[in-house]
Amino acid sequence: MKFRVLAGLVALALPLAAPASAWAQEKVLRAVMHADVRVIDPVWTTQTIANIHGALVYDTLFGNDADQKPQPQMVGKYEISPDRLTYSFTLRDGLKFHDGSPVTTRDVIASLKRWGAKDGVGQRLMGYVTEMKAVDDKTFTMTLKAPYGMVLESLGKSGSSIAAIMREKEALTDPQTQVKESIGSGPYIFAKDQWVPGSKAVYLKNKDYQPRTEPPSSFAGAKIPGVDRIELVWISDSQTSMSALVNGEIDFLENPSTDFLPILEKSKGVKLLKTGKIDSTQGMIRLNHLHPPFDNIKARQAMYYLINQEDYLRAIVGDPKYYKVCHGLLTCGGPYANDGGSERMKEYNPKKALQLLKEAGYNGEPITVLATTDHNTITPATQVLIQAMREAGINVDAQSMDWGSVVTRRANKNPPAQGGWNIFVTTSGGVGSANPVLHTWIGAACDKGLFGWPCDPEIEKMRNAFGMAATEDERKKIARELQTRAMEQVVYLPFGQWDTPLAYRADKIDGIVPNTGLAVLWGITRK
Amino acid sequence: MTAYIVRRVFAVVPVMAVVALFVFFLLRFAPGDPAAIIAGEDATSEAIAAVRAKLGLDRPMVEQFVVWVWGLARGDLGVSIFSNLAVSRLIAQRLEPTLALTLSTLFVAVALAIPIGVVAAWKARKLVDRLVMGFAVLGFAMPGFVLAYVLIYFFAVQWQLLPVQGYVPISEGLWPFARSLILPSVALGITYMALIARITRASMLEVLQLDYIRTANAKGLATDRVLLLHALKNAAVPIITVIGIGIALLISGVVITETVFNIPGLGRLTVDAVLKRDYPIVQGLILVFAAAKVLVNLLIDISYAFLDPRIRY
Repeated sequence: MKFRVLAGLVALALPLAAPASAWAQEKVLRAVMHADVRVIDPVWTTQTIANIHGALVYDTLFGNDADQKPQPQMVGKYEISPDRLTYSFTLRDGLKFHDGSPVTTRDVIASLKRWGAKDGVGQRLMGYVTEMKAVDDKTFTMTLKAPYGMVLESLGKSGSSIAAIMREKEALTDPQTQVKESIGSGPYIFAKDQWVPGSKAVYLKNKDYQPRTEPPSSFAGAKIPGVDRIELVWISDSQTSMSALVNGEIDFLENPSTDFLPILEKSKGVKLLKTGKIDSTQGMIRLNHLHPPFDNIKARQAMYYLINQEDYLRAIVGDPKYYKVCHGLLTCGGPYANDGGSERMKEYNPKKALQLLKEAGYNGEPITVLATTDHNTITPATQVLIQAMREAGINVDAQSMDWGSVVTRRANKNPPAQGGWNIFVTTSGGVGSANPVLHTWIGAACDKGLFGWPCDPEIEKMRNAFGMAATEDERKKIARELQTRAMEQVVYLPFGQWDTPLAYRADKIDGIVPNTGLAVLWGITRK
Repeated sequence: MTAYIVRRVFAVVPVMAVVALFVFFLLRFAPGDPAAIIAGEDATSEAIAAVRAKLGLDRPMVEQFVVWVWGLARGDLGVSIFSNLAVSRLIAQRLEPTLALTLSTLFVAVALAIPIGVVAAWKARKLVDRLVMGFAVLGFAMPGFVLAYVLIYFFAVQWQLLPVQGYVPISEGLWPFARSLILPSVALGITYMALIARITRASMLEVLQLDYIRTANAKGLATDRVLLLHALKNAAVPIITVIGIGIALLISGVVITETVFNIPGLGRLTVDAVLKRDYPIVQGLILVFAAAKVLVNLLIDISYAFLDPRIRY
C-alpha cells in the first residue's frame, strides 16, 4: 500500500522533467503588454492590444517607419500615375499564409475593402477609391476619384486598426462581425489552442516567413522572428508585473506604471527604453459642444485659462524626463507640430475663466464631469481638472464611474440632466495625433464626429485639403492653419504629452525595435 | 437522509432561477456597454450602434433573457462577446487554478488553525493563548492584498525562494505546482485561519468546562485523548459551520489573490468580464458560484449528521 502511494507521488512529479528539457531548447519571449488579448480581429476593434496581436500575425502592404514615412512591406514594387489617381501595387515573391496558401491580390482586395469599411482612416481612403482591380495574382490597381495624398500612409499606419491582409475567406466576413480564425502571413503564427483569454496568448515562429532586407525601423523594414515562441502574459496588477520583471519571470513589460519607474531604473539587469521618436500619449479634455455652457465658443475658450499642463503631467507622470508641455493639438516632436493658436494656453487664470464663462451666460448651473475612477492616467488628470474648476468657483457635478461606464455615457447626446455630460477627459496616441488626417479628435464633423460633436465645416475642409496636398511644405502650411482654427473652436483642450518607456531584461533579450503606439516584438532575440 | 438530499437537490432549481433572473437584469441595468468598449476610442456613436445591433444588444431585454434561458436549458452558457469563445470553455480553462488555490488554502488553514485553536483553549489565558489570539487579531486586521505584497517582496523579490506570480498546472509536476501556490495560499488563508482558530478556541473552551470532560480527566485519560477525541468532536459543529461560511469568503477572496498573484482562475475571469461588460461570462460565472455555494451548504448540512448523532433529517 505504502509503495503504491509512493509510486503515485513519483508519477505526479515526473512530468516536471520532460517539459523542462523541451522548453530549455526553445527560445521563449515572455512579455506583459498593457492589456490582454481578448479579441483576435484587429479590424473589428480599434483596441491597441488587438493591433499588437494583428501585427504579429498579419502583414501589411506598407509600414510607416520611425519618421512616419510609408515604406513597402508586402509590396515589392509600386507605381503612381502622374495625375496621382492610379496606384499599381505588385506583391513580393514568396508571401504565404500560415496555412501554406499563397497570398494573392484577391486576398488583398477583400482585406482592404473590409478594413476600409470599418476603420476611420480606411473609410476616408475608401471615400476616394473608385475601384480596386486585380491584374493578376500578384498585381492590382487602386483608382481614386481625386488625388488623395495619404494613400500609402493610410495603408502603412500602425495606430488604431492596421490594414491587415487576411485570407479572402476571413476578409469576406461582415466588418461588424469578428473573424473566427486568425490566420495571416506575418512573422508569427497564433496558437489558438493555447490561448487563454485574460491570461495568455501564444505565438509561434513562422519559419516560412520571408522578411524584407531593409533594416527594421518602427513598423517598416525587416520583420525577423527572433524567438521560437512569444507568450503574451496578462498581469493586471502593475506591482506584480514590475516584481515579475525584477525577478526575471518575464522579459518585457510594455507599460510599467510610472510610479515604479524609479525602482526599475535601479534594478539589476532591467533597462528602460523610450517607445519611439514621438511621445506615446497626448492628454485631452473634451467639451460637449451640444449643450450649454459649451455650445458657446466663449465658454469653451474660457476653459483654456484653467489648464496648467505641468499640474496634470506631474500628477500623471511625475518625472519631467518622461513628459513634455505641449500647447498644440498636433503632437510636439511630430512632423506637423506647430505653434498655431497655442498662445491661448499660455496663461493659467481661474478668475478670468469664471469671468469669461459668466459673459458667455453661465450662471452657476452644475457642469457634469464624467470622473473616471479606474484609469491610471485619466483618473488623476480628471481630479486636477475638477480641482481647478472648483477653485475658479464653477459648480462641478463630478459623476464618478469606471472607464467602461464613461465610454458608454460619453456617446449619449442628451443634456447632462438627462444622462448626457459636459466634460470628459481622455487620451490619444501620439503617432495618430501627429497627423491631421489620422488624428480623428481634431475633426469637427458635427453629428458624424467623435463625442463632444464639435461642428465646423472649415476644419473639415482643411483636413481634406491636407489629405490632397502634393508637397510637404503645403501640408505643413495647412497643418498650421488647421491647428489655429481648431484651437479657436476648442475641439479639445490638450494637457500635455508623455511617454511611458517600456522595460525589459537587458541581460536576457536584445533587438527591441522602438515604435510609438504599437509595440513591435518580432525583432527581439534571446541572448 | 436520502430523501433529504434529493429534496435539497431539487430545491436548487428555484434558487438558480432566481439567481439567473437577478444577474441578467442587474447587469443590463448597470451602466456600461460592451459595444462601446469593442468599438474603441475613436468610434463614432453610429459605429457603436452598429456593433450593438450586431451583438443583439439592441433587442428588447425580455427577448435577450428568453434567448439566454433557452440556451441554459440546453446546457449552453453562451459565447463571450469579446473572444467569441464558449463561456463553458472559458470557465473550464479557469477551474483548475481556482480549485487548486481554494483547496490548498482550505487545507493550510484547517490544518494549522484547528490545532492552534485547541492549544489556545487548553492553555486558556496563558502566554500561548495570548499569542494565538494576537495572531488571530492580526490575521483579521491585515488586508489580504497587503500581506500578499509583503510576502512577494520578501519571499520572491528579496530571497528569490518562490515565484512572484503565475500558476503551474499539476500536470507539469507536483513541486512546481505546489511552489506556485504557497504564497497565494498563505495570503488568502490568513484571515480564514484566524477565523477558524478563534471559533475553535471559543467552542473548545465551552466544551472543556462540561462535566464529562472533568470526568474524563478524573479517570486519568491522557490530555491529547481528552482534547482530540472527547472535546474536539463535540466542539466540531460550529467549527464546520464556520469552515462552510468561510468557503464563501474564499470565493470572494480569490478575486483579489488571483489578481495580485496573477493566477488565471475564475476570480480574475470575473473581474475582467465585469470591467469589460462581457455579459455572458459574468452570467455564467455567477451561476457557477451560486451552484458551488449551494453544494457546499448541502455538504455541511450532511456532515452535521455524521458529527452529532442527535441531528436527524
